[in-house]
Amino acid sequence: MESDIAANGAAQVVSESSVIVADSLDLTFQTNDGPVQALRDVNLTINRGDFVSFIGPSGCGKTTFLRVVAALEHPTGGTISVNGMSPDEARRARAYGYVFQAAGLYPWRTIAKNIKLPLEIMGYSKESQEEHVARVLKLVDLEGFGEKFPWQLSGGMQQRASIARALAFDADILLMDEPFGALDEIVRDHLNEQLLALWERTGKTIGFVTHSIPEAVYLSTRIVVMSPRPGRITDVIESTLPLERPLDIRDTPEFLAIAHRVREGLRAGHAYDD
Amino acid sequence: MNWNWLIGAGTALVAISYVNLQVANSDGRDQPISRLFVPTVFGIGLLLFWEGIVQGMGVPGVILPAPSAIWAAFTASTDILWLDFVQTFVKGALSGYIIGAAAAFLVALVADASDFLRRGLLPVGNFMAALPIVGIAPILVMWFGFDWQSKAAVVVVMVFFPILVNTVEGLRATDRMQRDLMQTYAASYWQSLFKLRLPAAMPFIFNGLKIATTLALIGAIVAEFFGSPIRGMGFRISTEVGRLALDMVWAEILVAAIAGSAFYGIVALIERRVTFWHPSQRRGR
Amino acid sequence: MTDATIAKPSGLGAGVRAVSDAVLPVVAVVAAIIGLWYLACIPMNIHTALTDAERAGAVVTPAGAAERRDMGGIGLALANTEIVPDVFSQERPRLPAPHQVGMELWKTTGEMVLTGRGFSKRSLLYHAWVTLSSTVLGFLIGTVAGVGLAIGIVHSRVMNMAVMPWAIASQTIPILAVAPMIIVVLNSVGVTGILPKALISAYLSFFPVAVGMVKGLRSPGAMQLDLLATYNASQAETFWKLRMPSSMPYFFTSMKIGMAAALVGAIVGEMPTGAVRGLGARLLAGSYYGQTVQIWSALFAAAILAAVLVGLIGLIQRAVLKKMGMAS
Repeated sequence: MESDIAANGAAQVVSESSVIVADSLDLTFQTNDGPVQALRDVNLTINRGDFVSFIGPSGCGKTTFLRVVAALEHPTGGTISVNGMSPDEARRARAYGYVFQAAGLYPWRTIAKNIKLPLEIMGYSKESQEEHVARVLKLVDLEGFGEKFPWQLSGGMQQRASIARALAFDADILLMDEPFGALDEIVRDHLNEQLLALWERTGKTIGFVTHSIPEAVYLSTRIVVMSPRPGRITDVIESTLPLERPLDIRDTPEFLAIAHRVREGLRAGHAYDD
Repeated sequence: MNWNWLIGAGTALVAISYVNLQVANSDGRDQPISRLFVPTVFGIGLLLFWEGIVQGMGVPGVILPAPSAIWAAFTASTDILWLDFVQTFVKGALSGYIIGAAAAFLVALVADASDFLRRGLLPVGNFMAALPIVGIAPILVMWFGFDWQSKAAVVVVMVFFPILVNTVEGLRATDRMQRDLMQTYAASYWQSLFKLRLPAAMPFIFNGLKIATTLALIGAIVAEFFGSPIRGMGFRISTEVGRLALDMVWAEILVAAIAGSAFYGIVALIERRVTFWHPSQRRGR
Repeated sequence: MTDATIAKPSGLGAGVRAVSDAVLPVVAVVAAIIGLWYLACIPMNIHTALTDAERAGAVVTPAGAAERRDMGGIGLALANTEIVPDVFSQERPRLPAPHQVGMELWKTTGEMVLTGRGFSKRSLLYHAWVTLSSTVLGFLIGTVAGVGLAIGIVHSRVMNMAVMPWAIASQTIPILAVAPMIIVVLNSVGVTGILPKALISAYLSFFPVAVGMVKGLRSPGAMQLDLLATYNASQAETFWKLRMPSSMPYFFTSMKIGMAAALVGAIVGEMPTGAVRGLGARLLAGSYYGQTVQIWSALFAAAILAAVLVGLIGLIQRAVLKKMGMAS
């Protein structure tokens, strides 16, 4: 599969608006079974305000790539910059919020205090903590639930609270690792709609890992298709969908065409396997 | 042989069995009042049976005193019992418990900061926690003298390992995602300790603290068997056993039982306040 | 996390690494403890060492035991470095050095076996055997009774409601305090030998086993119980085919706790009654006559006994659970 655009590094365009730039990135884990190539020769530029989805089967390196951006893993080759800094500097500068697969709220803190957690660590003043909490609770539609404990809320509400926590400290990058993977389809649709609205309002740059083709197509401005062994990018698809996306856009031919191309890309990636 | 007492004992046994069976199979069996009522009736029934057998068969007091005799000894010697309680529980067990818990906690923090130390200390601590540590009582009595200090020292050693092991386990109880989250915030060691790992460790720490309550009392009492001033629960038990004054021994055991369960109860109550969020503690919030 | 491949260790190199990862820290910690122990011997024993040396004619600073009484052990050791080696070889040290304890252990076990006196009254093996026999007897009684009570509690609602709260509450009570009384009372009615001690051990191991087994027998989930209900299985079938097998991990865990408790019970049972046989009696006799080396070696014998007994249960646990497919 020959992919066009920025995927193969030939025409890497780095401009003012580039937020995340990966250049021939390699990452090899040393395991007891020998080395495992989690990422090989990954080239990707993400611009300000992009909504980029990463899709692919298990082991394709999509989560690993997100973790490299977040400086939770360290590449063994190539370069990557976040906001013009190294990922580690970006982490220290608190450049991004990270949303994990599970909400991971602390059960001993109320929702409001959970959202305050990063603010406390980053040394925000008491008043501005309150202010930020109120603002993001409103953003994720959880006003009035601040004093509840996480275990008193449904799974979907918990995940919204964890998104609020990632938004609380004004980082302009949001990294989301299968945030809705554990939720049922109906809740998931609802949260997808809300996430799009939130993205539009805040203009954040979002990196989003998912297993679901419709979710990736519905949400993204760009879809990065990856395949495993070694983890690599096989295709980057620019979405032609309008920014205004009601849920029933998923039944349009345009949507289905993009979904088809994603599926083809995934299948092609698998052909390398055996 | 006094048949009236024996018949009374039998009747008590049959009566409580009947009442409890009725309650346990009734519709209201899951109400809190039934949960309290059934064991209470069972306990009272056992006491009545005990009294009846002892009185009816004329069991001598040097073998098994009747509950009424124990109660009489208890009420008649509250001053001595109080003195013993202060000596053994407050001075010996409680001070040792606090010192031992604090020491275990600090060592656990140090061990947790180093992976190597943790992997070394955890198996050793687990091993020590299974050993008959009361055996060091004679040595510590030799070192620290007959008074409460030696009892406190025994208690320190006894409570140290269970609390250490539980705290070290607890500090590791966070999952990778929670630690990654802290890393994305660029949190410092102390921030992640106070905001994440200590709160998450609390259920484990309290588990250790609860196990240690019983050990503390055992240590303080048994250490007194090896020498003590002329007061203290262990001292009283061993001397009164020697004089065959078993009613007093039982009164002392009653004090130990009350002190032990109250101590445990208080720690469990604090646990409920601190770890209200843990699934095992949540109630209708 | 789905993307990182986590592989099981395999191959010789990985095995060696795993062993050294597990063993090295433990060895280091044990070595550190022994080192600290040797160091502690210096301030603990220096006073008597200096007194002995002075009596033998050596010059020590400051002279006179009364003069030194209130001085710190470390300061004294620094002032009299040539006497320091003596602290490791005293006859009745406050703190015997590890090698003294080790030699005493060997002298009272292996050496006596080699000279054919393995079961003489001065042999630790003999005393350990006395303690072991009452521990094991008591443990067996306690375990059987505990399992019996647990089965009753799980199958009878009234027993559960009436007895279970008391079984739990009894764990917070220092039951060990009754040990001297049980011994004396049983002796006075003519029950002597290992039975009184075994009863204390039984009593101590009874409650942990009962409470653990109740937990274990209740561990099958509602779905598994429902499945057997759809087969119209009887209570006995449910017990043998579901409750009993799923309680096995709990059974072994509570047996370990029960065994440790039984050993403590036997040792304490030997202490306060003027018993002359058993590890507890050795501890007591040692403390009467200031034979610290004897106390320490008895203590270590007790520790080794505990480790062997609990380790044995652990081995059986591993074998049984492996056979049942519950552990690898």
